[in-house]
Amino acid sequence: MSRIIATAAIRGAHKIVERAEEQLGKSMEELGADKIIDLPDTAYYLPVIYAMLGLKVQKVGDLQEVIQHCKNLLPPIPTDGLWLPYLGSALDAGMATLFAQEVLEGLKYAHNPNPYNDIWLGATSDAILREQGIKLVDGRMPGFAACVGALPTTEAAVKLARDLQERNILVFLSSSTNGVSMAEQLAEANVEMNWDTFLVPYGKDTSATVWALGFAARSAMTFGGLTPGGLKEARDILLYNKERVHAFVLALGEVDDEKYATAAGAINFGFPVIADTDIPEILPTGICTYEHVVSNISHDDMPSRAIQVRGVKIKIQKIDIPVRYGPAFEGERVRKDDLQVEFGGKYHTAFEYLSMKQLDEVEDGKIEVIGPEISEVEEAAKLPIAIWVEVAGRKMQKDFESILERYVHTMLSMPMGVMHLGQRDTIWVRISKTAYNAGFTLKHLGVTLRSMLLNEFPAIVDKVQVKLYTNTEDVERLYQEAKAAYEIRDKRMGELVDEAVDTFYSCQLCQSYAPNHVCIITPERLGLCGAYNWLDGKAAYEINPTGGNQPVAKGDCYDEEKGKWNGVDDFIQSKSNQAVERFSAYSMMDDPMTSCGCFEAITCVLPGTGGIMIVDREFQGMTPAGMTFSSLAEVVGGGQQTPGFIGIGILYVLSKKFISADGGLKRVVWMTSSIKNRLGDKLAERYKEIGEPDLLDKIPDESITDDLEKLAEHLAEVGHPALEMGEMV
Amino acid sequence: MAKRTISADPATTKAYEHARTQDITTIWERHEAMQPICAFGDLGLCCTICYMGPCRIDPFSKEDIRGACGAGRDTISARNYTRAVAAGTAAHSDHARGICHTLLEAASGSAPDYKVIDIEKLKTIGAELGLKTEDVSYADLALQLGKRLLENFGKSEGTVDFVKRAPKGQQDKWEAAGVIPRAVDREVVECMHRTHEGVDADPKSLILQAIRCALADGWGGSMMATELQDILFGSPKPIRSKVNLGVLKEGCVNVVVHGHEPVLSEMLAIAAREKEIIDYAKSKGAEGLTLSGICCTANEILMRQGYPVAGNFLQQELAISTGAVDAMIVDVQCVMPGLAQIAEHFHTHLVTTSDKARIPGVNHFDFHEEKALDCARELLKDAADSFAKRDKSLVDIPQESMDLVAGFTAENTFHHLGGTFRGTYRPLNDAIMSGRLRGVVGVVGCNNVKINHDHNHKVMVEELLKNDVLVVQTGCSALACAKAGWLRPEAASEMAGKGLQEICEAVGIPPVLHMGSCVDNSRILIACCEMVKEGGIGEDISQLPVAAAAPEAMSEKAVAIGLYAVGSGITTFYTPAPRVLGAPAVLDYLTNSMEQDFGAHWVFEDNPLTAARGIIEHLDKKRAALKLDPMMYNPDVARSA
Repeated sequence: MSRIIATAAIRGAHKIVERAEEQLGKSMEELGADKIIDLPDTAYYLPVIYAMLGLKVQKVGDLQEVIQHCKNLLPPIPTDGLWLPYLGSALDAGMATLFAQEVLEGLKYAHNPNPYNDIWLGATSDAILREQGIKLVDGRMPGFAACVGALPTTEAAVKLARDLQERNILVFLSSSTNGVSMAEQLAEANVEMNWDTFLVPYGKDTSATVWALGFAARSAMTFGGLTPGGLKEARDILLYNKERVHAFVLALGEVDDEKYATAAGAINFGFPVIADTDIPEILPTGICTYEHVVSNISHDDMPSRAIQVRGVKIKIQKIDIPVRYGPAFEGERVRKDDLQVEFGGKYHTAFEYLSMKQLDEVEDGKIEVIGPEISEVEEAAKLPIAIWVEVAGRKMQKDFESILERYVHTMLSMPMGVMHLGQRDTIWVRISKTAYNAGFTLKHLGVTLRSMLLNEFPAIVDKVQVKLYTNTEDVERLYQEAKAAYEIRDKRMGELVDEAVDTFYSCQLCQSYAPNHVCIITPERLGLCGAYNWLDGKAAYEINPTGGNQPVAKGDCYDEEKGKWNGVDDFIQSKSNQAVERFSAYSMMDDPMTSCGCFEAITCVLPGTGGIMIVDREFQGMTPAGMTFSSLAEVVGGGQQTPGFIGIGILYVLSKKFISADGGLKRVVWMTSSIKNRLGDKLAERYKEIGEPDLLDKIPDESITDDLEKLAEHLAEVGHPALEMGEMV
Repeated sequence: MAKRTISADPATTKAYEHARTQDITTIWERHEAMQPICAFGDLGLCCTICYMGPCRIDPFSKEDIRGACGAGRDTISARNYTRAVAAGTAAHSDHARGICHTLLEAASGSAPDYKVIDIEKLKTIGAELGLKTEDVSYADLALQLGKRLLENFGKSEGTVDFVKRAPKGQQDKWEAAGVIPRAVDREVVECMHRTHEGVDADPKSLILQAIRCALADGWGGSMMATELQDILFGSPKPIRSKVNLGVLKEGCVNVVVHGHEPVLSEMLAIAAREKEIIDYAKSKGAEGLTLSGICCTANEILMRQGYPVAGNFLQQELAISTGAVDAMIVDVQCVMPGLAQIAEHFHTHLVTTSDKARIPGVNHFDFHEEKALDCARELLKDAADSFAKRDKSLVDIPQESMDLVAGFTAENTFHHLGGTFRGTYRPLNDAIMSGRLRGVVGVVGCNNVKINHDHNHKVMVEELLKNDVLVVQTGCSALACAKAGWLRPEAASEMAGKGLQEICEAVGIPPVLHMGSCVDNSRILIACCEMVKEGGIGEDISQLPVAAAAPEAMSEKAVAIGLYAVGSGITTFYTPAPRVLGAPAVLDYLTNSMEQDFGAHWVFEDNPLTAARGIIEHLDKKRAALKLDPMMYNPDVARSA
């Protein structure tokens, strides 16, 4: 019965708050009130405290106010008889617990900027949050599980982790049961744990669980555009989580008072608790969408029961291959000592080519391996490969070839034990011994591609056949054919300009997270996440006419320079819930595009230079704007128009329409080295095209300065043309 | 003489029997002596409005008999009914006016013992009414609010302010029927005017005015009283206490407050905890001082201060007949003049305190709000002096007293269901949608000597609880169930249906929620508004799976409350029927056609079990109309035919 849970949670909350207060007292003595809490790059401070209380905790001394809030929230422990209502009190105790846990975790970072080591990751930077956030947004990751405690055996832990990974659920690991944590069990079984494998070991203390709630709170602030303030704002952030962030807690092993208290905190977010032990249940709904606490669930049933209780929709890919399959295995690497066979890389030609054929030219399901199979070569052999995919479908179009081909990477990364990097002719494929020993052969690469193409693109792909060549002769011969095709495609893409089409595509995939944001994708401006270009939009619409990508009839152009069309405005108004009235495709100053929060990079005006800077989301340092990427992201995200700031996909920088109404590439006065590296020769080429072949070298990056004044001096020294162009504002 | 069954409450029965052995006459004997009661009056067919009569209409006649002026049975009954509503509205509203004045005095500093306690509520309501809330002191805001609400009694334009709190559906229906209340006094006055000799003779037109007047009570007078009392004395929070005559303590000075207004009793509540007063009581040989209450003054100091309750309406005389009440301090409403005769048998210091309510032969204490606490201290000292005169041989206190949890409001429900950060009605609406709860029913109202004391309340509520109905209560009805132990949270597992049990266990609440005094029925209206706002169980109040009941109604206030409930879309089961049974057109409108205009109607059913089943059927009909899930659990009640 719930009173037992409420009582335990409230008791636990009292203990944790007391401990946090004690620790804070000690730290105040040892470090002083002004000691900085040195978290990895974030604009959200201690995120749960920030989201719920609006407090920007930066120093140890700031935590005193937090403890006061905890104490105000702490209710009395329910009596055994004639008790007073305890649900609301237990929820308050849960919040006090999360605040106190953040105090405890925050203090670790006051004592040491890297308090976590070994397998543990601790606090996460905003960059990782954004990267993972996109997966939440586009559905690759249907939700996350906070696994608290440990399983009875290592095998059971591995099985549960794999079951969750297979469902693409991000797994946070924390706390322990009888001194053992699930993360340690996974480590023992050599399971790779990091953000790329969807297995994130936060820390062994129960208090480390709060980082998972912090991740949730930050999602609301980053993607939902919600700004903390008072209670109303806090409530909005929690409701955002209840409605949009599909997370749940798996309570593994004995549930002690502190775990109950943490669970009560999670329930505030609408995250239910699924326990493997026989604890009391809370079945009525309301704070969570469905049941609040469900207990006595066997480990085998846990993932499916959790999904049911949280109302998560998951499409499980069942592919007839002998290893597990899912995005959680996408980031997994195959290391040398586990290598069975390897293709491409720097040793051999390797490429993939997908082409369209007539329906009668394709025999669906035909997979051929031409050349040696894995079993026929020695261990750790290096071979060439041509992955030759032929598809046919009534609604298939030539333009979709490159899109489907780009998905080969994703599809072949997902079998457990297969590593696939790069695309087209830069691919590098490794297959692990473990996979091979489980029965995985080259043929299964073809099986995977066929199943996934049919599953993911049922509207345009009706038939698939795959040929896998592993002999040098065939590979080299076919490579010439593929190269010619790549060139034709590139040329076609080059000709595809905004003026040549009368329809753009929208991307509203992120509206589940940022309800007022609409991306307008034109041939010359890809989506700000970098993941969707105009052709993708077009194909996505073919595949799912009621999905997140809709055609946008341009209508009459009323401002050619800035890229404004009546039809686009009408579309934006209606799809942004009237939040945005007008849209410029080519200006960041006048009616710029809004951002969800998934942007690859941010472009912003640098007053006094006549120019702009571009910073990518991986960059954690300071920028001449006086803000880090994370702080800038707060200004840009959440679906509001902020003149002078836009979120962009990095490839947009290469477009002839890159802020063309504001002066284009010549305006760039600072960009991060990683963007320079990523765009490389193509960027140099663009500068040649605009008649400024030397300009790229005049653009400083972080190695030269991150200070606005010094930047202005530098620009004057090198004679950057932006200085002559006048202020943009 | 054979023992009469006068009460379903053992303590009351014992006290009554004790009083009988001492030849003390109580309401039951006086009521007995009134038999047979006048059937013309009971059916609403006696007209005393002008001085040509009284006229009366033969209820059995098939002819269209008219009074001297030509008024037929429906006109006469509708006029009487309208006047009852006006009186009930006047009572609640004059109560509100009094609180309004107290707020103004508190804010202006002339009554320094009163302060704004619930500042949040002051600000919230200030903002709701568009008052200046920024950069003003609480006193200034309280002044603005007091003045603004006072205007609600007599403003010449616009409507009663809080009408706008109602869901749009209700407001639209009121607009269409032309019953949006304009100002409280105006509606009462208009009732009196229309029912004057030779004015409104159309029964429907009269009833619509009665509805407009009743709405001025529910969304005006009563609601203002509740809100202002919360601001002045603090909004209730769940609180533990005890109920029934056993709360009177033999060794203590027993002070019982009785009536409806908390202005004095709140001061008594403060003074009763002062050392000076306790010491004074001890100096008179007492172990201490016990403050308790009867009726709604009891509910007020219970909800906010946790003081125990000695009993409900029909226990007022019996409290004195225990011989242990040293002072009974009464204010307004439901105070029986018969108290004076009972008090004569004992040392009890009976004292009236409201200028509006005096009783012949009873001491009147001039209560001044400017020195309220001093007044309270004086009254308590008088009580202690009276204790010294107590004849211990006459003391016989029934030992029954029951634990309870009270203090529920429409506002604190948010916190109980979701805490500080997720405050919400969602779990309640979800519970109704998913079939854990059948619905929510307000069982309220008085005791009535015609009905076995507390019996109807208990039979009805028990049946509702078994059928997964969450019961909210006020007034004497709440006290009846409190005495039965159903306001203890443990009662959920002892007697509620499984679905209701699950909700009570999840939230930690009793299956019966005590929401205050009878003016606090406005809290139930607000709770209905919140349920509509939360969504999923109806677009307006009339679509919600809710109902109301007053199974032992007695006063004109109850008539007004019932009518504003039905007028607000809540179908109401009412016993005994108001005096309309002799008027077929009036009866048909109230129990039938009113549904078309207001989405709800009256049900007059004397058997409480039949009424409870009628309520369940009504909730099921509402659930079906909303296409809600079937009930999750079958009540495993062996239904007796």
